[in-house]
Amino acid sequence: MSVGAQDPSVSSFYVNDSFYGDLIARFQDWDHDRHGICDPVERDGFRLLLEREARFLDQHKYDDWLAMLTRECVYWAPARPGGGDPRTEIAVMFDDRRRLEDRVFRLRSEFAWSQAPASRTVRMISNVEVFEYGEMDRRMLRSNFIINEFWDNEIRQLVGWCGYDMQNIDGRWLIRAKQINLINCDRCIRNPSIIL
Amino acid sequence: MSHDWEGLVQEDRVHRALYTDPAIFNAEMTKIFGGTWVYIAHESEIPNVNDYVTRKLGLRPVIVLRDSNNILRVLYNRCTHRGTTLCRHEKGNARAFQCPYHGWNFLNSGKLRGVPWADGYSADIKDEKFNLAQAPRVESYRGFIFATLNLEAPILLNWLGPMTKPIDEWLDRNPGGKIVVCEANRFKYKGNWKLAYDNSSDGYHVIYSHRSLLEMENRLSDAANKGMAYYKNSPDSLAMYVQYMGNGHHFKDKRPNLQARPGGLWAIESTHPGKEYAEAEFRRKYGERADSLLDLAGSEPVNINIFPNLSLLGNHIQVFQPISVNETDAVWYGTRIEDVNGDIGDALGTINALRMRTQEGFPNFGEVDDLANFEQIQVGLQCEEDEWIYMNRGHGIPDRIKTNADGTITAPATDEVFMREYIKEWKRLMKGPTPLSIKREP
Repeated sequence: MSVGAQDPSVSSFYVNDSFYGDLIARFQDWDHDRHGICDPVERDGFRLLLEREARFLDQHKYDDWLAMLTRECVYWAPARPGGGDPRTEIAVMFDDRRRLEDRVFRLRSEFAWSQAPASRTVRMISNVEVFEYGEMDRRMLRSNFIINEFWDNEIRQLVGWCGYDMQNIDGRWLIRAKQINLINCDRCIRNPSIIL
Repeated sequence: MSHDWEGLVQEDRVHRALYTDPAIFNAEMTKIFGGTWVYIAHESEIPNVNDYVTRKLGLRPVIVLRDSNNILRVLYNRCTHRGTTLCRHEKGNARAFQCPYHGWNFLNSGKLRGVPWADGYSADIKDEKFNLAQAPRVESYRGFIFATLNLEAPILLNWLGPMTKPIDEWLDRNPGGKIVVCEANRFKYKGNWKLAYDNSSDGYHVIYSHRSLLEMENRLSDAANKGMAYYKNSPDSLAMYVQYMGNGHHFKDKRPNLQARPGGLWAIESTHPGKEYAEAEFRRKYGERADSLLDLAGSEPVNINIFPNLSLLGNHIQVFQPISVNETDAVWYGTRIEDVNGDIGDALGTINALRMRTQEGFPNFGEVDDLANFEQIQVGLQCEEDEWIYMNRGHGIPDRIKTNADGTITAPATDEVFMREYIKEWKRLMKGPTPLSIKREP
């Protein structure tokens, strides 16, 4: 059986040396003005996509959210400003497809005490920029976020910016990689247990 | 302030005040986080001369560094002039620290190098009293740096006592007996620091507090034996055990639950990003050696808990940092390995990448639930008339708990004997006179 035939929901063959290498290369040095796309139609299309993603997460529509990601995807919140190297450093979160589905499975269990009761969130997305990077069926996005989270009778804000590696598959833009850069990623955070 | 320590700490229970009374917390910052050895940093965080990290010794801001003469020091991060912190960065490399307020400049030995317009001082500005305060005793055991302000404390090696064996074993399973600290999962919780230390050898909570983790880790497994699944059925009858080691230290050893063979550790690893890739690649390239290589990425099933603030578990170095009576930071430093003996070669990158992913699992899907429970203990303890916290599991049952020839105490995995014993050491330190001192370079 070829490696490509494996189901990434069940086994993780794709998170290999070349995957890490490509990921690190893509999330370095990409958001330069010279790569920026100014076309308002394209930009608005991606803005809608990110707003829909935020809504799915606010509404806990995890299946819809997972369907926005490629089968072989990664969800990465570095523990060091600038990203660091996930091959040699711990990240706040570094999930492949299967671990993301683990994360959703846990949140849906009745026993995730850190989310019982579940946080209520309202996400604000802004400063969306679109960048060319390599092939025409790929784009990199950058957006700022504020997640307003109500949990344990308090409202707090999780703040940062996201980088997205997007791929167009059969006419539809999907998230290959989402990098979540919390501005306090290298400090102690209380109950980091929602999907960012 | 005087407390009735005997009344607060009884044979099988402790008073809620240990967790809620700000006066007790303040005394702890002196008598525990000053009066006994406290873990402060790992040598791999400051490998080069002039490297430093900023940490806290109790509530005291300190700079842990390797000075220009390669001496490990724990300097108070406090200008001797007006008290300003000198260094506001997490880490770096510096021969000297200049106060951002008036510009007093200190060598990394702590000595005052100079001040602006020294002719404005009538007293000798070179007087020793203007050199930075520092911990009078700093010792390292195999890379783990500890400090104390207590000149009468035993030497570090004696204070660790029988704990050196599990520490040695935890290190020596890695190439060259060496690990390197590499970033962390960092948590804050609204609860007393002892709630985390109480938890560190607690085998009783696993099946309930971590139920979502256990179910998650086994959702794709036919054998349902992944992670800590061995807790599911009669854990007290298994070969794993908890051991009180003296001086407040305790040890939970789950290794006897494993198959004693290369790959026995990896066999219970649950699903991690890149797992199947590494398995297939290693078996293809290295044949039978694949199992022992994979074990290097596996999470070592031990909890090596060194009073009051250090816990080695899995491959993590977890540090408890008190903030206030009801707030604590818990930092899970990750560790990676190096190819010290040159026999790992090309596999090193894949092992470390997989080792990062195995380490991220428990903090993300297990620790968050414990922390929610710690916070809710702190809430529950606001019921001031309901005064007692029980740590009586295993207490008073004949032949259940065994005192060994070396004075250590062994019990079944879910027993709370480790809590009853460590809190006696806590009480001893809290009761006793605590002669603390600082030193300054002459």
